[in-house]
Amino acid sequence: MSVQEFIRMDGYGFYIWTSYALALIVLVANLVAPMLARKRIFREIKGAIRREKLKNVPQA
Amino acid sequence: MWTWFHRFGSPRYFYEFSGKWAPWFGWSSLVCILIGLYLGLFVAPPDYQQGQSYRIIFIHVPSAWMSLFVYMNMAAAALVALVWKIKVADVVVTSCAPIGASFTFLALVTGSLWGKPTWGTWWVWDARLTSELVLLFLYLGVIALRAAIEDRTDGSRAAGILALVGVVNIPIIHYSVEWWNTLHQSATVSKLDAPSIHISMLLPLLVMAVAFMLYFSMTLLLRARCEILDRERRSRWALEVVNGT
Amino acid sequence: MTRSGLGNVFYTVVKRDLLIAMRRRNEMANPLIFFIMVGTLFALGLEPGSGLLAKMAPSVIWVAALLGALMSLHTIFQSDFADGALEQFLISGHPTSVLVVAKVLAHWLVSGLPLVAVSPLLAVMLQLPTDAIGPLLLTLLLGTPVLSLVGAIGVALTVGLRSGGILLSLVVLPLYVPVLIFGAAAVETAIGGLPITAHLYFLGAMLLLSLTLAPFATAASLRVSVN
Repeated sequence: MSVQEFIRMDGYGFYIWTSYALALIVLVANLVAPMLARKRIFREIKGAIRREKLKNVPQA
Repeated sequence: MWTWFHRFGSPRYFYEFSGKWAPWFGWSSLVCILIGLYLGLFVAPPDYQQGQSYRIIFIHVPSAWMSLFVYMNMAAAALVALVWKIKVADVVVTSCAPIGASFTFLALVTGSLWGKPTWGTWWVWDARLTSELVLLFLYLGVIALRAAIEDRTDGSRAAGILALVGVVNIPIIHYSVEWWNTLHQSATVSKLDAPSIHISMLLPLLVMAVAFMLYFSMTLLLRARCEILDRERRSRWALEVVNGT
Repeated sequence: MTRSGLGNVFYTVVKRDLLIAMRRRNEMANPLIFFIMVGTLFALGLEPGSGLLAKMAPSVIWVAALLGALMSLHTIFQSDFADGALEQFLISGHPTSVLVVAKVLAHWLVSGLPLVAVSPLLAVMLQLPTDAIGPLLLTLLLGTPVLSLVGAIGVALTVGLRSGGILLSLVVLPLYVPVLIFGAAAVETAIGGLPITAHLYFLGAMLLLSLTLAPFATAASLRVSVN
């Protein structure tokens, strides 16, 4: 099968490739979401730690 | 033997465990997906009835299977959380919901995309489609309920109760919709008879199913460990993790 | 001399809720009016004489009943939550599930039963064949308590929340689907002259299932919400 024929898939190309594309989007999105959340949480916790340190610093 | 299982109840242990295992699940899932895609798109021949359009099955059926499996997982975790009051189980309930909803959405949309060339219509109130749609609503309800309650523990607990109530409902919904369908004699549905499916098509289907299962394990661990870190952010071990010690 | 047996508690709660409902008679009428309105709108919206109205009648009546039930659900726990009576119920030492059944019974007597009583009027408006009115009443009689029982779970889960109304609908809708399907299908089958015993068995089974399980789920949900 040539590449052209493969993409066309006997005229069903739109349905097939949209399905696979959606699957890719869903899988990637569900992978990326927790990764971004993790970065956010790290940022928040680090910020909280820094604020705690600043509270304890003024000694002079 | 129970001590091995009990360890997962500890947030810290779960965090470390999930960190180690998530990549394994992820990479093996990717390998399976690639194998499945190769077998499904290149090796499997066109169907004698549906031509090429049947290839959507390699996404559609695994998604549908996962949508149900994830719900059972969520309900089981909800039961554990409710009965034994284990926080990690609560977290699993919360983490499962969006993943399950995603799979349900995918199953519905790919089903619709498969239905258009096959039945000529984007949507049919077929028993399975209707049950699946209601399942999506159940997932959305769990997610929305959890989000609406400010206190995190209360939110997870309420969502867990809803998940359990929904689980009782799933067979009822499915059976009632099937009943309704046989009454209304819907249009001919092209069902896939599992035993009579050719091995060249069955194999990629199973491979993709395994791939999705591994993928689910990975994302569940990733989401759950995020949530756990968030909840335990004041604890000593969490601070150590963030500081990289 | 007060008898503090469980039966007496049950009776007291039902009486109290009925009394409160009687004092707010206007609120009681709301779901009824809504029910009739939906039916009227459908009748007005469809082309007269097309026969479509009669065909759609079973589903329209059932959907209207469902929506009416949804509208009235919040009254089960809302005011008790607001004035702290709900907390008192929970710490009273009596099994919460029994109190839940009492409140749901009162709710059904005030909103579900009137719906059933008014349904023949709606049936006539929507040109439902007269032989089907009996089956309609039967299915609604079996179905509306299920709507109240299962709806109570949803209310208990969302009672303290700001976005309660929409969330309640989302939460309760999937749970209502089987009742709707069997109820409407039963009336349709009755129109066709066929026996509806199987449908009634299913509705009865759902009633029993919800009667035995829903109160526990509701009680658990209340404990979470009242926290």
